[in-house]
Amino acid sequence: MIDREDIPFLPRGVRLHFDKVRDQWVLLAPERAVTLDQVGQAILSELDGIRSFGTITEDLASRYNAPAEEIAKDTGGFLGALLDRRFLELRR
Amino acid sequence: MNARPPIAMLAELTHRCPLSCPYCSNPIELARIDSELDTETWKRVFREAAEIGVLQLHLSGGEPASRRDLTELIAAAREAGLYTNLITSGIGLTERRLHELDEAGLDHIQLSLQGTDAAMADDIGGYRGGFDRKMQVAGWIKEIGFPLTLNAVMHRRNLHQLPRSIELAVEMGARRIEVATVQFHGWALKNRDTLMPTMEQARETDAIVTEARKRLKGMLVIDYVPADYHSDYPKRCMGGWATTGLNVTPDGEVLPCHAAQTIPHLQFDNVRESHLRDIWYDGSAFNAYRGTDWMQEPCQSCDRKLKDFGGCRCQAMAIVGDAAATDPVCIKSPHHGALQLQADAHAHSDRKNLVHRTAPGKPIPEPAE
Ligand code: SF4
Ligand code: SF4
Repeated sequence: MIDREDIPFLPRGVRLHFDKVRDQWVLLAPERAVTLDQVGQAILSELDGIRSFGTITEDLASRYNAPAEEIAKDTGGFLGALLDRRFLELRR
Repeated sequence: MNARPPIAMLAELTHRCPLSCPYCSNPIELARIDSELDTETWKRVFREAAEIGVLQLHLSGGEPASRRDLTELIAAAREAGLYTNLITSGIGLTERRLHELDEAGLDHIQLSLQGTDAAMADDIGGYRGGFDRKMQVAGWIKEIGFPLTLNAVMHRRNLHQLPRSIELAVEMGARRIEVATVQFHGWALKNRDTLMPTMEQARETDAIVTEARKRLKGMLVIDYVPADYHSDYPKRCMGGWATTGLNVTPDGEVLPCHAAQTIPHLQFDNVRESHLRDIWYDGSAFNAYRGTDWMQEPCQSCDRKLKDFGGCRCQAMAIVGDAAATDPVCIKSPHHGALQLQADAHAHSDRKNLVHRTAPGKPIPEPAE
């Protein structure tokens, strides 16, 4: 579980990359290239290593005009899966 | 044929290696130093790879650190937009060289592990002092902060060291460990009597991996290549022939998988003569087993055929003598029973000696009878 105060960031060796050949965003990580849909790309491009999970989801909620709770749940699920694969880290 | 662009490329920069592991995946006929591609050609190949859609570049060998231009090659690969992964035994990397690789933009290191102590590791790797050196290199990798995967190659001799291998990965700060049971191709075929795990070991390994995955969730990712002679279904080799990745040998031949040269009727194109795009889409070796049209029964009418693509072509070649046959690991193969008996016989052999790989250009040893 990711807390509101946690600051999620992509660790060294994990980066966003625009794949020109396939015309899509991917997350490049050790031995993996994860294809990102629009939502995934939108979430990951919010990670700046400064803003907390809570702030990021509130920003996304107001930008997309969606309930903050729902956004927090979806975003948490997406980022949680990346955490388990060690494609994401948290700090306070 | 409608092929998709490749995702990964394995660049075997050289076959030279200070180690001589008895399961080395390099071919029996090793490429000599004077036949290796030069720096500029490799750089062009990296650019071509990126152009056709490759995202991940694995720099391997032999020992890639044996190439003096390694830093320059990595910088060029990064410039081409590739994710760079260095697959190394650690031997040949100094602290200074690691800092240079860091500056060049190296993304990730995969460090091989032959054993968890000097006695085991140096015996398997055939290089005294190798283990201590590797531990020193692991320390520098951690200090610099490179993301690390530990690649533990397991077999009958060292499977009892698996729990310690997993611990070591955690101590080294690795994010990932690959628990890879030896695949019997190339040099490993000469050592089946010494290295083939027993059925009991294979099942125990499954259990250790399952337990560790649970315990270390979120801390260490464990990728596992089980002993396939003891499985019911074959592995989907390379993600399916010519669907995902390609290999370039030190002298520039382009292969659909690292062992493809063991299939005698295949002809390979060379990066010295052709663009990677033409090789990937039109090369005869790539099209030989692409898709499912080439399949025989029982694969042709099997509902798993898009799942495993009939398994490994090189294994079908090595064991059944026909590269288009069903992988004999599969329970549906008429050769499955014989393979399991054979695996069992290898696993219970009392042979202890290892046939280590040689250096490029040196005579090839045979297992003692
Ligand atoms: S398997 Fe061993 S001998 Fe072969 S390249 Fe790797 S470290 Fe060298
Ligand atoms: S018969 Fe062929 S396709 Fe079916 S499971 Fe076996 S190897 Fe795979």
